[in-house]
Amino acid sequence: MADISEKKVGIISCSGEGCVEGTISRVATRLVLEKLRPNETVTICLPLFLAGGREERTFASCYPTITVDGCNKLCAKIGTERYSGKPASSIVVADLTRGWNYSGLSSRRKLNDETRSVAERVAETIASQVDQVLEHWR
Amino acid sequence: MKTPSQKKIIVIPCSGIGKAFGSVSREATYELTENLRKETTETVCLALLVSGDQDSLQLVRNNKCITVDGCPLQCAEKNIRLAGGDFAASFRVVDVFKNNRNLRPKNITFLDRAGEQMAVLLAEQIANKVDELLREQ
Repeated sequence: MADISEKKVGIISCSGEGCVEGTISRVATRLVLEKLRPNETVTICLPLFLAGGREERTFASCYPTITVDGCNKLCAKIGTERYSGKPASSIVVADLTRGWNYSGLSSRRKLNDETRSVAERVAETIASQVDQVLEHWR
Repeated sequence: MKTPSQKKIIVIPCSGIGKAFGSVSREATYELTENLRKETTETVCLALLVSGDQDSLQLVRNNKCITVDGCPLQCAEKNIRLAGGDFAASFRVVDVFKNNRNLRPKNITFLDRAGEQMAVLLAEQIANKVDELLREQ
């Protein structure tokens, strides 16, 4: 039986160079990995995963994953489903932030204060999903 | 339809999320496409391309591509070649680091000063290559 320390959730973020929501998805993912749930999560490079990285696909086949997409093209979710299996949970930043009274007026390169705060809220949502996945797993 | 002179150079960073050099590759691409060579370059989401998005595939097949990789796995270069892109040149963040060992970025999420400086140096090198490719067209 897997040891508690081996119970990890893979967070697969879209690379999202094309829009600010993609940057938010990456930053939120990093915040979960570095601050909110550092011992419970790992990340996987999406293009490496999609292009056939053996270790990445093996991990995603054996462990639960949460996909985080910036836009409705859903690269992370679709790629994970195609090459590995259904993610335990999927988050789309563009959908999640609808109704958050957020202007969306930020550079995709450098997040302003408003968008950083949005990224922090998205990170909290991801962390909450991590807790649910682990609770279910135990 | 675009004439050759209107074509752009497509610059594709690896989408590295696990290492600071991945963040440098992305930042260098933004510095190039939003500042240094705004009119002649653009970027595309690597994950979208690898997912088989037809618009992205056409873009890299119809324009010269420069890849920018953060780690030795070189996902950007491999994926552009796999996609049948018009591959023209590749850059690696580690090569910039080898010549500037005083710059050692530590932060991944938000690049520190060393990471930003490294990105600017890399973007300048890519800009020279862009000019060279445009002269050839």
